[in-house]
Amino acid sequence: MPALNELEKGQEIARRVIDVNRVDLVKYAGASGDFNPIHWNEAFAQGVELPGVIAHGMFTMGSAVQLVTDWAGDPGAVVDYQTRFTKPVLVTDTTGTATPGAQVEVVGVVGAIDEEAGTARIDLNVTFDGQRVLMKAQVLVKLSA
Amino acid sequence: MSINPDLQGRSYPAAEVYEVGREKVREFARAVKATHPAHFDVEAAQALGHADLVAPPTFAIIVAQRADAQLIEDPESGIDFSRVVHADQRFTHHRPIVAGDRLVAELHVDQVRGMGGGAMITTRSEISTVDGEKVATTTSSILVRGEGQ
Repeated sequence: MPALNELEKGQEIARRVIDVNRVDLVKYAGASGDFNPIHWNEAFAQGVELPGVIAHGMFTMGSAVQLVTDWAGDPGAVVDYQTRFTKPVLVTDTTGTATPGAQVEVVGVVGAIDEEAGTARIDLNVTFDGQRVLMKAQVLVKLSA
Repeated sequence: MSINPDLQGRSYPAAEVYEVGREKVREFARAVKATHPAHFDVEAAQALGHADLVAPPTFAIIVAQRADAQLIEDPESGIDFSRVVHADQRFTHHRPIVAGDRLVAELHVDQVRGMGGGAMITTRSEISTVDGEKVATTTSSILVRGEGQ
């Protein structure tokens, strides 16, 4: 686990690219119980004025935070996690090919350190197609001193 | 049909118990592309001081959205689920959720704001064990789009 007193505000902790395919949305629907057809049916999504099938906001939020849990070394260290959903992640149907349906980039930066509380706030910059899809994505992590 | 403004301040009592199973923790972890061993291997979780497999940080959404369903499916609410967009989400963990937990959620409608022909609705789920131990607080805002929005 990273030590709190060795962190610096503005420091990048990690970055990664998450490949998203239609099957990932089907899996997330099943695991979460959110079966809204906008996440798996093209015609339905277009019928409600969306450009196509979009990822669950909660899929994006849930997968983006893995960067932080892996870095912290304990998923139980995340004491608070919040975000606003600003833009949808459009997932193209590339089933049967090696091309991902979408790619989401995640960069984590130390946003604040609270030595008294023993926590660090990691700010996530989450983008798709060059645009931010999550705003104010902040993860509060309990770390050892 | 439009959103019922009287929803604000309403609460829905804890309904059915949600029992956190090991395979569900593993399934949800895979679904959010989590690979940390504490989600999959009981010994790895226990080595970190947890009683059992640790749920990923957004796992509580399962319990919270079940609670939300009470509101969305309430015929008095006027919410058309196909026009719902998730606007924001927050999880505050009083302690990590682990396999074996028996959870209940009490739902509170904190705010209803009209926006054009639609509405922004903020709900809060207070999640605790059946024994009354506080586990997590989740807050969520949904935008219910009006016609043409």
